[in-house]
Amino acid sequence: MRMDAANVAEDVLKTSTDRILSDLEGLEGPLLPILHALQDEFGFVPQQAVPLIAERLNLGKAEVAGVISFYHDFRAAPAGRRVLRVCRAEACQSMGGNELAQRLQERLGIGWGETTPDGAVTLEPVYCLGLCACAPAVQVDGDLLGRADIDRIETILSEAAR
Amino acid sequence: MKIYLPRDAAAKALGAEAVAEALGAEAAKRGVEVTLIRTGTRGMIWLEPLLEIEIDGQRHGFGPMLPRDVPALFDDPTVHPRALGPVDDLDWMKRQTRLTFARCGVIDPLSLDDYRAHGGLSGLRRALGMTGQQIVDEVKTSGLRGRGGAGFPTGIKWQTVHDAQAPQKYIVCNADEGDSGTFADRMIMEGDPFTLIEGMIIAGLAVGATRGYVYLRSEYPDAITVMNKAVETARAAGVLGGDVLGSGRAFDMEIRTGAGAYVCGEETSLLNSLEGKRGVVRAKPPLPALEGFMGRPTVVNNVISLATVPVIFERGAQYYADFGLGRSRGTVTLQIAGNVKRGGLFETAFGITLDEAVNDLGGGTATGRPVKAVQVGGPLGAYLPASKFEAPLGYEELDAEGGLLGHAGLVVFDERADMLEMARFAMEFCAIESCGKCTPCRIGAVRGVETIDRIAQGDGAAVELLTDLCETMKEGSLCALGGFTPFPVMSALSHFPDEFATAKEAAE
Repeated sequence: MRMDAANVAEDVLKTSTDRILSDLEGLEGPLLPILHALQDEFGFVPQQAVPLIAERLNLGKAEVAGVISFYHDFRAAPAGRRVLRVCRAEACQSMGGNELAQRLQERLGIGWGETTPDGAVTLEPVYCLGLCACAPAVQVDGDLLGRADIDRIETILSEAAR
Repeated sequence: MKIYLPRDAAAKALGAEAVAEALGAEAAKRGVEVTLIRTGTRGMIWLEPLLEIEIDGQRHGFGPMLPRDVPALFDDPTVHPRALGPVDDLDWMKRQTRLTFARCGVIDPLSLDDYRAHGGLSGLRRALGMTGQQIVDEVKTSGLRGRGGAGFPTGIKWQTVHDAQAPQKYIVCNADEGDSGTFADRMIMEGDPFTLIEGMIIAGLAVGATRGYVYLRSEYPDAITVMNKAVETARAAGVLGGDVLGSGRAFDMEIRTGAGAYVCGEETSLLNSLEGKRGVVRAKPPLPALEGFMGRPTVVNNVISLATVPVIFERGAQYYADFGLGRSRGTVTLQIAGNVKRGGLFETAFGITLDEAVNDLGGGTATGRPVKAVQVGGPLGAYLPASKFEAPLGYEELDAEGGLLGHAGLVVFDERADMLEMARFAMEFCAIESCGKCTPCRIGAVRGVETIDRIAQGDGAAVELLTDLCETMKEGSLCALGGFTPFPVMSALSHFPDEFATAKEAAE
């Protein structure tokens, strides 16, 4: 279920965040696991969770916000129903990755980091999926695709839409 | 019928799951009982999905498999159009020295019994009978150097941590394999996770560390799943925990997921990230070996370095050291990638030439066009033209050619590669991934993109500026991101000057 606003009901957020914090705060260096758990739960890291985390971990709010913004993985808002990640790194470039990315952008009508207006697909760059011997590579949500071409990607996306 | 099929991410990306489904359906239709064992990959990625059937105790390969090729396997497999014969007899396999990757693609990655039956845990058993210093000495004798890129002698690093006094020490495995053209870490974690766990335990015994972490990049979801399961299995079997194999010694570990920052492959930013901070580089000293994770003495080693430790203890340090060339001892896990006909992982003694790797093993380009350049060692490695292909692959040997062995990833480009564009990408990538600590990297990479754009528009004078900027980045950056981005840029400029000049002439 896609959430349309980057806001979560206050009570839901508090309950979830408290549970995640209680589960993970005992780890050595717990912040990244906590942020991953929040994103797994909500599809993004809700801004409202920042003060709750900061208080429990005895950190400044700015410090927590700074960590979230440092890492490419953490989203401030929900993604589209499917996330299409296209590898932009050198091995994929050697096999036409740039051309593939450009055609995908044209077909979807969006740029890097953007979501189609109907909320179906978010397009993201990724720098290496470790599929360098079967380039170019893309990832559609959890599924990997090697020697990717535009037709196969579109088939996967349209299957998902059904 | 006993069938093996990889569940490695590359095999899956090439359709292994559909083949597995077709196998199940066909077996049910024919009423044949099939034992399907999901393995790691052998490393012959161009043959994936590579299915194997045990015939008279020998594993015969079939690949690359499509679902429609499955039914014929149940007739006479020896005449199957995808039949490759016994896998161990394939040229690619026969020519290798598989030490670190001996079990990868062979065993069920999550079966501890399988692991033991193939020599697993015998290195650890031997290490348990040794003192910490004896273990460190054994690693020194093996000549093992950091396989993550820097090539620092592993035994020396361990000695420093061994000698440090602290109430808690750590083993941290750097599994943030972000370099394009490299996938050896991913392959071993998905195909033989217990060897990494065993290596980390031995490291813990050597230096007196009881806790370990694997910092694994989020781009590798399959590896994360396999490693987590392997850690649970090892703990349940008493391999990890308070009493390692009944020795009374403790070691336990956790898998931690990165969050998409390339710079976290640098050991000090990795440590910051593991502590829950921004992945910003730390100045050295203090060395992580003395003040690492949580300020405690920490061994930070690459996956392949740690995963190689068990075989060193199983076969003996001298056995390992007898392979190699010069000061590069043992085996190198070449990852042949990019625009290449036969891509994959090839483990061999140090010393084979780039030409042999790319043209002989790799079979030249996938597109059939001439090879133009090979980027060795990831995004921070140099582009080497065909005239440098006689260089043997070793740490010092490549250094002498102005290159960098790094993690031994080779990305092949055909004649259509635009070297000015590749140089520009190196700067762009550095700008995107810079942690921001050092000005020459943070600002320099942005200026680098602009300067290369000026050259492309015909401003020949900007070449000198670019050279100067690269010098500044090299000298003025704390880590390899800012410090080594000049390698791909300057190698493209010096080996392919025409491509920087043609752009100029075209504009004039």
